[in-house]
Amino acid sequence: MSSPIPDPIQAGIAAGWQVIDASTLQQDRNFDADVVVVGTGAGGGVTAEILAQAGLKVLMVEEGALKSSKDFKMREADAYPSLYQESAARKTVDKAINILQGRTVGGTTVVNWTSSFRTPADTLGWWQSKYGLRDYGVEDMAPWFQKMEERLHISDWPTPPNANNDLLRTGADKLGIKTALIRRNVNGCWNLGYCGMGCPTNAKQSMLVTTIPGALEKGAMLLTRARAERFTLAGGQATSLECVALTADGMEPTGRRLTLKARHFVVAGGAINSPALLLRSGAPDPHQLLGQRTFLHPVVVSMGLYPQPVEAFNGAPQTVYSDHFLHTQAPDGPMGYKLEVAPLHPVLGATTLSAFGASHANLMKRFAHVQGMLALLRDGFHPEAAGGRVTLRSDGSPQLDYPLTPYFWEGARRALLTMAEIQFAAGADGVSPVHELVTQPYKNWEEARQAIAALPMQKLLTRVVSAHVMGGCAMTGDAASGVVAPDGLYRGIGNLSVHDGSLFPTSLGANPQLSIYGVTARLATGLAERLSRKA
Amino acid sequence: MQRRTFLKAGLLGGLALVAGGAVYRQLRPAVAQRFALDADGRTMLAALIPAITGINPDAPALQAAIDRVGGAINGLPLRVQKEISDLFGLLSMAPTRRLLAGVPAWPEATPAELAAFLQSWRTHRTEMLQTAYHGLHDLVIGGWYAEPSTWAAIGYPGPMKELSA
Repeated sequence: MSSPIPDPIQAGIAAGWQVIDASTLQQDRNFDADVVVVGTGAGGGVTAEILAQAGLKVLMVEEGALKSSKDFKMREADAYPSLYQESAARKTVDKAINILQGRTVGGTTVVNWTSSFRTPADTLGWWQSKYGLRDYGVEDMAPWFQKMEERLHISDWPTPPNANNDLLRTGADKLGIKTALIRRNVNGCWNLGYCGMGCPTNAKQSMLVTTIPGALEKGAMLLTRARAERFTLAGGQATSLECVALTADGMEPTGRRLTLKARHFVVAGGAINSPALLLRSGAPDPHQLLGQRTFLHPVVVSMGLYPQPVEAFNGAPQTVYSDHFLHTQAPDGPMGYKLEVAPLHPVLGATTLSAFGASHANLMKRFAHVQGMLALLRDGFHPEAAGGRVTLRSDGSPQLDYPLTPYFWEGARRALLTMAEIQFAAGADGVSPVHELVTQPYKNWEEARQAIAALPMQKLLTRVVSAHVMGGCAMTGDAASGVVAPDGLYRGIGNLSVHDGSLFPTSLGANPQLSIYGVTARLATGLAERLSRKA
Repeated sequence: MQRRTFLKAGLLGGLALVAGGAVYRQLRPAVAQRFALDADGRTMLAALIPAITGINPDAPALQAAIDRVGGAINGLPLRVQKEISDLFGLLSMAPTRRLLAGVPAWPEATPAELAAFLQSWRTHRTEMLQTAYHGLHDLVIGGWYAEPSTWAAIGYPGPMKELSA
């Protein structure tokens, strides 16, 4: 199958990039580098490029496969199994929350919806005052966000929002709720709407087409289909990283092993896999913090039905948001939420609709008229939103236990009410909160208001999803509250850093990619300076 | 079994699902970790696909949809494939199917019986049965709407042809 779009990854491989697909290895292998970077998502990609630019020999390790624009055919049936953790069906232990996370070279940045927010000022202020991250103020971080905005072409999106987004704006306007436009990391975007299946035109400035090629051009090596299993730790240092090669489909180990030695190791596997790797390795954790306080921005969903076509599958997926309900109370008051919309393609849309049989089929007949609204609840600021916990199954694989507390459910109910009110204000003729006891879309705001007030807020009845996994390796000023120091070093292992969303001591209240880019650019620059001095 | 009796099965049913899974694995020790869609599984899906999607496809379309559900299961982690194998086993063996789902042999189940089974698991107080409902819902509906031939009926034009070939 050919695409008219030039594929920079194929071109780079042809030009001699060092890329090894571990699924093809016939024997065990050893590799040496200055720095091994585990994971190639937002944190790993940024780190690899900055270290390679500093002249360090970088080895990137990724459990996903190397896919590129020639593979991105905008079909959910192919994209979910090949680009996502667990076929886009990763779940919490109790299966009450479905988690979207990438598993491919470039990580979640390959499949995210391009929403780019600097870390909100009140979140940074909270980290400064509660977690001892004194140097993480708005002014301190601004140059790092700016650097990454320039690197990844993050800018205002000039095209008018699609109808899916515009309905959030018009409905909120009518109610006096402020909205704003979302900045995007795209360059020459065709406005197709398939960001979640891998960008077929290479317009999205994911790690796959920016920092990873940047690192490879500087001589870095990329190992794909290799899962980091455990560090060998001795005398407060990591001496090597043991990896297993995976089959081409990523399902199971092939039996081949890889041993990676380096002066320094950077863990950037995301907020589920990074704590798990450190737990498997027996990393020092004197205060029992590793894998704890994992945050999800748990999301509740409201489907609005409109007389006119919405075509939520067309156009840039997220361009309008509202932070109104993050600011109506203190961060540690009743749970705040960010409002956005979700692109709806047939599989994601149809599985999210909570109905079966004729009622499902009837909703699907109006699929092109459905608007999907999301409320992302801000966890980590209130004692009853202390997040979840990553632990290991008997086979060493990670699992996330995330209790949904009464505090969360109170916020979820308010969020479902807000979304229904906005959707009716925008002209919806029906609204269905995604909840198993909603049998027919509500016909008007008054009906919705009464019904939602009475809906039991319970897991497995109220649909809860997440695309933002954060925390678990909290970076804090004080060893008693976090396993990572403000310079990114893991406490108690002198040559091991954590550079990904697992660093965040709370959730963000914003889609995380730019926060990860900015924080890890800063940490990687500091690391490159230290390693270059020592060399 | 009457639906009311079935609902009373509650906790017992949950325990039976655990124990039954173990028995089922004992009965079929040769099963590989990868989920294998067998004749029993196909028979069950032939009943569940119309019941869950609300669509009655012709025989070839139904067989193709069954294949897609099997394919979707094979894209899940092996650990999850094993759970689904257990679920399919329990819902295929007559005693556990009658106890847990309250339905006769799948081809004989009426639409009303199938709907009652799905609705009772959907809101069951045993979490394991609720999660099993969600699993069946998402696999069947995801498998159905993954197929381009189902898109015209829902007004979805599909991706730009020049870039999706």
